Amino acid sequence: MKEHLNNINKAFENRARLGIMSALMVNDQIDFNGLKALLGLTDGNLASHLKSLEKAGYIAVTKEFIDRKPKTKYMATPSGKSAFEKHIKAIENLLK
Amino acid sequence: MSETKYKEDLKEIREIMERSSRFISLSGWSGIAAGITALLGLYLAYQAVYEGQDYLGYRKAYLTKAMILEVIFISVATVGMALGLGILFTTRKSKKQNQKIWSPQVKRLLIEFFIPMITGGVVCLIFLFKGFIGVLAPLTLIFYGLALLNASKYTISEVRSLGIAEICLGLCSLYFIGYGLIFWALGFGVLHIVYGALMQVKYKG
Repeated sequence: MKEHLNNINKAFENRARLGIMSALMVNDQIDFNGLKALLGLTDGNLASHLKSLEKAGYIAVTKEFIDRKPKTKYMATPSGKSAFEKHIKAIENLLK
Repeated sequence: MSETKYKEDLKEIREIMERSSRFISLSGWSGIAAGITALLGLYLAYQAVYEGQDYLGYRKAYLTKAMILEVIFISVATVGMALGLGILFTTRKSKKQNQKIWSPQVKRLLIEFFIPMITGGVVCLIFLFKGFIGVLAPLTLIFYGLALLNASKYTISEVRSLGIAEICLGLCSLYFIGYGLIFWALGFGVLHIVYGALMQVKYKG
C-alpha cells in the first residue's frame, strides 16, 4: 500500500493537470484553445497549470506565429509520458 | 485520499482520452438516413439501367452514354443527399454532446476516410470508362469498407465493424459478379440501416 502511494505523483493530483496530461497522451500536440475547449477551464487557470507541468518537464511548448497571431502548442515529453503512466499504474494498484 | 477520488480520476482520464482523440458524435440517424437514401437511389438507377427489359429473362446491363450520364447524376444526387442528411443529424448530436463539429479530430477523420475513398473513386472511374461496369459494385463496396476501417481510429469503434462487413460483402460481390445492384442495396442500404439502428439503441441518439 505504502509503495503504491509513493508512486502517486503529486503533480497529477489536480483534476486540471490530470486532464491536460490525459489529452496529451493520446494526441501528438494540442494548442491552447483546443485544451481550453476540451477541459472547460478559464485562460488563467489553464495557463497556470500548463506552466507548472512545463516547469516539471512533463510537457513541452512550441510557439509559432500564424498571420502574426501567436499559436502555442503543447505536447507531452517522454519523461512526462512515463511519469503519467506510472501515476495511472499506481492508482490502479491502489484500487486493486 | 479516498478510493472514490481515484476511481473518478481514472474515469476522467479515460473520458478525456476518448473525447480528445475520437469524434464520438456520429449519429445513428445518419446511418439510417444514408441507408434509405441509398435504397431509393438504387431503385432509380435500376429503373434507368434495366428499363424495358424482360423481367424474367437474363438481364444485361447495357450502358449507353446517355444512361451513364443519368446514372452518374443519380449517384451524385444520392451521395449528396446521404452526406447532407448525415451532416445534419451529426451536427444536431454534436451540439447535444457539446463536441465541436469541426475539430482536429474531425479533420483527421475526414483525411483518413477520403484517402481510400478517392483512390477507389479514381479506380472505378477508370473501369467505368473502359467499359468494365461489372466490377463497379464490388470495388465501391471494398474501397468504402477500407475507408471506414481507416477512419475508425478517430471515431466510435463500431465503424470498424461496419467497414469489415462492407469489405466482406464487396469480396462476395466480386465473386458473384452480375448481382452488383443487389450487393449494393445490401451494403449501402441494409447494412447502413442496421448499423444506424444499432448505434441509435446503444448510444441513444
